[in-house]
Amino acid sequence: MAELTLVEAINDGFHVELERDADVMVLGEDVGRAGGVFRATAGLRDRFGPDRCVDTPLAEAGILGSAVGLCMAGWRPVCEMQYDAFSYPCLDQLITHVGRYRWRTGGAMAFPLVVRMPYGGGVRAPELHDDSPEAYYVHTPGVKVAIPSTPADAKGLLAAAIRDPDPVVVLEPKLHYRTLRGEVPDGEHVTPLGVARTVHAGDDLTFVAYGSMVPLAEAAADALDASVEILDIRTLKPLDEDALLAAAAKTGRVVIVQEAPRTAGYGAELAAILAEKAMLDLRAPVVRVTGYDVPYPYWQIEDAYMPSVERVVDAARKLLEF
Amino acid sequence: MAALGALDSRDLRRVIGDGEGVPDGEVEGLSEADLLELHRQLVLLRTYDERSVVYHRQGRIGTYAIFWGHEAMQVGSAYALEREDWIFPSYRESAIGLLRGLPAATILSWWRGHPAGWWNPADWNVASICVPIGTHVPHAAGLAWGKKLRGDSACAIAYFGDGATSEGAFHEGANFAAVMRAPLILFCNNNQWAISTPLSAQTAAETLADKAVGYGMPGVRVDGADVLAVYEATREAVARARAGEGPTLIEAVTYRTAPHATADDPAAYIDLERVEEERQRECLGRYEAYLRRLGLLSNEAAEAVRAEAAQLMRDGIAAAEAEPPADRSLLFSHAFADPPASFEADLAELRRILG
Repeated sequence: MAELTLVEAINDGFHVELERDADVMVLGEDVGRAGGVFRATAGLRDRFGPDRCVDTPLAEAGILGSAVGLCMAGWRPVCEMQYDAFSYPCLDQLITHVGRYRWRTGGAMAFPLVVRMPYGGGVRAPELHDDSPEAYYVHTPGVKVAIPSTPADAKGLLAAAIRDPDPVVVLEPKLHYRTLRGEVPDGEHVTPLGVARTVHAGDDLTFVAYGSMVPLAEAAADALDASVEILDIRTLKPLDEDALLAAAAKTGRVVIVQEAPRTAGYGAELAAILAEKAMLDLRAPVVRVTGYDVPYPYWQIEDAYMPSVERVVDAARKLLEF
Repeated sequence: MAALGALDSRDLRRVIGDGEGVPDGEVEGLSEADLLELHRQLVLLRTYDERSVVYHRQGRIGTYAIFWGHEAMQVGSAYALEREDWIFPSYRESAIGLLRGLPAATILSWWRGHPAGWWNPADWNVASICVPIGTHVPHAAGLAWGKKLRGDSACAIAYFGDGATSEGAFHEGANFAAVMRAPLILFCNNNQWAISTPLSAQTAAETLADKAVGYGMPGVRVDGADVLAVYEATREAVARARAGEGPTLIEAVTYRTAPHATADDPAAYIDLERVEEERQRECLGRYEAYLRRLGLLSNEAAEAVRAEAAQLMRDGIAAAEAEPPADRSLLFSHAFADPPASFEADLAELRRILG
């Protein structure tokens, strides 16, 4: 065990996985010489060479599109999108090919690629460095989506994504790249996809969150005079539905916290599942605390956009009084 | 026969003459057997295409993208490849796998919307048919680059049309391939129409081959109705690729004399007199005339080749139509290697309701 920041844990995971499997390669903008703008890939180029940690042209669709071809040549490419909103050009490849190619070959060819990116706001950055685009990815058939909230899970979910036979998108909470430290297992460490994590057990109320909203939910729970169950979804697709239903049934009151804009966000999917399958376990309506249906704002007013402890506490109190 | 100069002929490479003022050339290294094999392959693709239009009219396949007149570009370029080399077709090259032995029934099933149209690209080194425009160019760049990283000698060829050169994916794929010095041939079938949009509305560049300059690769223009010129140009590009010199853009120039697809009526936007004129110089007729001038093709031999292709198509459509209906469970079978638990519940519900 070592105590690492979240981005150090990702870097550690890369070193372990590239050492373990000579087919794994990393490609993206500034991932090699610079080691990534957040240093997630630091040291890989020196250790594994410029063919396995590749500085690519500045072309997100080209990165993901060439990764499809690299898979056909037997590689397991891990693509970095430099920021959340800069991943949008790669959606064309993701939707039209990455999520479909295995199906198109009748299951004959595997596309074990990973797309990873820093996501989310609260970092006082210029426009389009702050988005939470997970819904676009989750909505794409044929790809899996994971979002870690702790350093250990950041390493473990990355390893699971790299080893998975299917394409996996991993969004990493950049707000916590360096602000969150935690114990991280040394060497090989895999957090299985499709398994949620109970952050905190409780009896009165359940918070369901993922990524950077998990620490926020913990802070909100601390501010409440109630016993709060907190579930970290970890893998948005495939969802650990059993864990979601169990966490909801335990308290009957559910607050879903999501940083992305509200409409058709991932929280709506969670709420719909609860409406379909947990009706008799619920004592109050399922509520969402989310970002608003607006472009992510300039940073001087971003705190008003981001779900806050105050907003989560307010939602929780309403449910407790329902 | 119409004059060869009907198209803009700037730097357009040709081997086949017109039997009148323009003399025939020859391609070094091609034996008589090669020349006849090229003919057999042209007839095979021509027959596939003409039969497919009929099958569509008979309701036996769905909407079909016609490639009548494009056979020389496909046959000439593919003949310059080795079996280890990868082909990335667009829908205009849907049947190019026939040249590698891919069964006609498989491709016909693809156009019938039946899962029997799936194939394993690694069995033939022929990627799946790319339906969106130009988005397979980065795949070919990645495959070529990935082969090179592994020390393999294989190269890749990506086929796309003139319209595709306006797409970002073409640009990103070409640039990637050039930067990585990937062994790739970018093969542009410039038939001068993207459905109803003429080349003049697609680009302000004088030629599409000129675009190669911006990527730091050679751009070659060739007569797309001249199978030997296409073969020779591709052979040179393949040699460059294998020598580690990176990609080449080949612009094969022709003229689309058939509708874009069976759902298209070009009468609304195209000059039908020009179409008739261009049909006079279509690639199979020109090549047969060339072979006859050389004394290599008899009527009997030509008839035998046509009969063989026709039989292959009869067998192919019969096999495609003999496929049992696809089971609904295939909905859930191949999207993931490791499917989510919800698929099982979805399938159970589907079976309960629809049987």
